[in-house]
Amino acid sequence: MSVPLDPARPLTATGGNLRRRRRVDQTVRGIATLAALVAVAILVIVIVTVASNGASQLSISFLTKDPTGVLGAAGGGIASAIVGSAMIVAVATAMALPLGVLIAIYLTEFSKPRTARPIRLALDLLNGLPSIVIAVFVFGLLVEGHQQTGFAASFALAIIMVPLIARTTQEMLRLVPQELRDASHALGISRWRTIVGIVLPSALGGILTGMVLAVARAAGETAPMLLLSSIFGVGTTINIFGTALPNIPYIIFSDSESGFPSDHARAWGAALVLIAFILVGNLTARAMLARQRRRIMSR
Amino acid sequence: MSATPAATGIPSSRRLADRLGDRLLSATTLVASLAAIVVIVLVIYKLIDGASTSISTFGLGFLWHSTWNPASSAGVANANVFGAGLLIYGTVATSAIALLIAVPLGIAIGVYLSLLAPGGIGAVISPLVELLAAIPSVILGLWGILILAPVMHSTIEPALHDVLGFIPIFGTPSPTGLGVFTAGVVLAIMVLPIIASISRDLFLSVPRELKDGALALGATRWEMIRGVVLDSTRPGLVAATILGLSRAIGEAIAVTQLIGAGSVLSGSLFNNGDSLASRLAEQVTSPQSSQQLAALFYCAVVLLAMELVVNLTAQMIVRHFERRQGVLH
Repeated sequence: MSVPLDPARPLTATGGNLRRRRRVDQTVRGIATLAALVAVAILVIVIVTVASNGASQLSISFLTKDPTGVLGAAGGGIASAIVGSAMIVAVATAMALPLGVLIAIYLTEFSKPRTARPIRLALDLLNGLPSIVIAVFVFGLLVEGHQQTGFAASFALAIIMVPLIARTTQEMLRLVPQELRDASHALGISRWRTIVGIVLPSALGGILTGMVLAVARAAGETAPMLLLSSIFGVGTTINIFGTALPNIPYIIFSDSESGFPSDHARAWGAALVLIAFILVGNLTARAMLARQRRRIMSR
Repeated sequence: MSATPAATGIPSSRRLADRLGDRLLSATTLVASLAAIVVIVLVIYKLIDGASTSISTFGLGFLWHSTWNPASSAGVANANVFGAGLLIYGTVATSAIALLIAVPLGIAIGVYLSLLAPGGIGAVISPLVELLAAIPSVILGLWGILILAPVMHSTIEPALHDVLGFIPIFGTPSPTGLGVFTAGVVLAIMVLPIIASISRDLFLSVPRELKDGALALGATRWEMIRGVVLDSTRPGLVAATILGLSRAIGEAIAVTQLIGAGSVLSGSLFNNGDSLASRLAEQVTSPQSSQQLAALFYCAVVLLAMELVVNLTAQMIVRHFERRQGVLH
């Protein structure tokens, strides 16, 4: 496109030019292939390092014991952090899932283009907010002048999860064939019964997939934990409204900045637990999504 | 249409429930949707509110002054004078490094996955590249501190210093391997999958006839890619870059772990620095004074403003691009 076509020139390229063009072509293709290999190599290197450093830590007692609480001492586990992370993410999901699904229902089933636009914009902006900004917001809203709580962290995670859940749910609701809705209407069935009884069940698998992806994303979020749930005791607690809860991302963060080798070891162990959870979540979601798409489309 | 309730057999209580149910569901979903708007507005309000004393004290000068002097007691010279100059420089420098690495690499990956990879291989590599985006930043940070930084210190930074040392930004290698450069490199790893997957999707959206047409005219693969594929998706690639930038600007955790929390403005990328997001991560939980907390909120406002501008720009480009494509087809 960059060279204008000259009708006077013969269509066949001259020998040297052709060779040069082929060489350039092969070089560029080689570079592109190499780039893809670099990306895969980075992924493999990171996962293998985490796995090999973390595996030596992993044991039943690492998963079931609380930290010793002694600075720099070896031993102890991350049980309290696993419980805390699970609590924080579960409460966040309980808030974000209904909200995200309701927003998606509004956007696909009820809204007109004019009302949908500001809501879509808000979702996009929420999705683009860095988690540290959301964390500072929740810090100002719930923690400043009070104290850190696990719930504050849940609240921040919920803000992160809502646009993710809303988006995947929307995609899934759109995949439900319009004929299904029309048929239901033709039978005299009201809109809400159609949505609750037909549209949502058809898209249920996809909605759950979106939820799994959002949970995997939330489980690794560290900025909200650092600001909202980082000052905690060593013991296991589920008092999410009263105190900050120990959690895996913060353990990895603080242990990574420590100077003690035993802390680094614990960070690798916790990182392995977290990355395994996230990878399993992502792979399951991917498999579910593929199956769900096929199922809806084949209707 | 002339059917009476008796004829359809639907009792009137059911019709009432239907009408109420419709109203109730549409109202609930509307309220949920409005909540999303309320949250965005509330975030903006709350951050500006928390920063208000700092905004009125330091004004716009906050953006280029780089004194950061928290003090719990009065009497110290320059006590509680704050400026975000150093932090904005750190944010810009780390994001620029990330983009310089990730944009060419990401576009090349997009080219490979959409146009060059044999079907089976592409189907394996594509999800792997996307999985890279799922790795939490705290784990990349951990990997960066314990694995990458020593390599940076021993090999990469000395090599760059030897070859490019005449340019002041490649100064003497850092003693720990931590610094602005290392933070930028790890940010590049986070930005890479975003740019790669967006550009792959963009390239796949180029109509097949255009690609085949170029090939049929005797263009090599690369000439087809440069002339047809890259040319027609340029606005989309700009948008992808901006989305990558948005991710890089806002990353707090990995940058905190790797940038070294410096407080001196330095020309060399191998020195310690700090960014807006990482300063927030370091200091919000333990401010020494209310002025410091307000200054931190001011940093959050600056960060939020940068993100909103960046995101809205990306959306405008995408929308413009979609409209143009709509005309094309």
